[in-house]
Amino acid sequence: MELVQIQRRLVDYTKSLFMEGFLDAQFLQLQQLQDDSNPDFVFEVVSLFFEDSEKLLNELTIALDQPNVDFKKIDSHVHQLKGSSSSIGAQRVKNACIAFRNYCDVQNIEGCLTCLQQVKQECYLVKNKFETLFRLEQQIMASGGSVPTIELGF
Amino acid sequence: MRTTEKIDGYDLSTSDTEEVHVLAVDDSLVDRKVIERLLRISSCKVTAVDSGRRALQYLGLDEEIQKKETNGFDGLKVDLIITDYCMPGMTGYELLKKVKESSAFREIPVVIMSSENVIARIDRCLEEGAEDFIVKPVKLSDVKRIIDYTTTELREGEQREGARARRRGINKRKQREGDDDLSSSPPSTLSSSTSSSPSSSIQSATAPLSPSTLDSPTRRLKMTSSE
Repeated sequence: MELVQIQRRLVDYTKSLFMEGFLDAQFLQLQQLQDDSNPDFVFEVVSLFFEDSEKLLNELTIALDQPNVDFKKIDSHVHQLKGSSSSIGAQRVKNACIAFRNYCDVQNIEGCLTCLQQVKQECYLVKNKFETLFRLEQQIMASGGSVPTIELGF
Repeated sequence: MRTTEKIDGYDLSTSDTEEVHVLAVDDSLVDRKVIERLLRISSCKVTAVDSGRRALQYLGLDEEIQKKETNGFDGLKVDLIITDYCMPGMTGYELLKKVKESSAFREIPVVIMSSENVIARIDRCLEEGAEDFIVKPVKLSDVKRIIDYTTTELREGEQREGARARRRGINKRKQREGDDDLSSSPPSTLSSSTSSSPSSSIQSATAPLSPSTLDSPTRRLKMTSSE
């Protein structure tokens, strides 16, 4: 496939992620922070997020499995996950965390369990999306091209 | 946390480089990475730590670790502290209070970051002396705004310092020449402290800052949807 076609593919794909709500404007902020001196910044931050979220999701699974559920602890973990997902622009994950916290507030275990599944699902989905995104970027770089930037006014 | 090197003969009491040195405090690894990059891209020197406790240690304020150095701190002078609000152990609010209670560091502007857009929280922080309050996620424009007025305040502070130093120099000269025609205004009116506050905005929590505070939390509260 020609360079221009891959670049077009990347732009369209990225736009679709915004349209479908996977990403929000904060992701564009991250992209602004990437430059020649920090060419892998977005990749690094996103990777950190997934390392972090995996740990948190494990802790949440364990915490909800306890005979006496510690809602305070759960809320704290979800708060963390909400924060970091918000920082990278992973909107659907963030929204799932907000719903999760609401069930925590009223100490509804069933609701929490459902939300946990939801959050896991959203993390899984957006992880795949990012992987595709990065793969397209790598293809572009490998062909000697530059990664096109997206303006928010599309 | 990075280790700092001693630089012999280097005057650490004034910020004689252009760069603002920011101490960033956040327990989230992701957020720390982002804020660090935001600050660096805004031409700041950054020291990022993961807790209020470590921030106090860096400043030399931790009660359990005694500072041996006479000047009280181990590294470069901190020009600005930017801290997350919700942290385990010591919250950003508690860190703010400790900094403002310290005679050595109360002049350092402290900015609070929080994902929760709660008016009571914002008010409480401003009342305690916070310079500003950023709602997360932090954007480049937020950081640029804060660095802009920190730089301005620093520069104005140095100009005032320069004026004071010149006045001190003039008084000393007059004293040497003799006291006869001197309606003596001894240097006691001039503060001998080099850490005097350059900015009136630090004293009053509700004093209006630069016009760019239109973008500050109180306006943002009206614009963002509540979570």
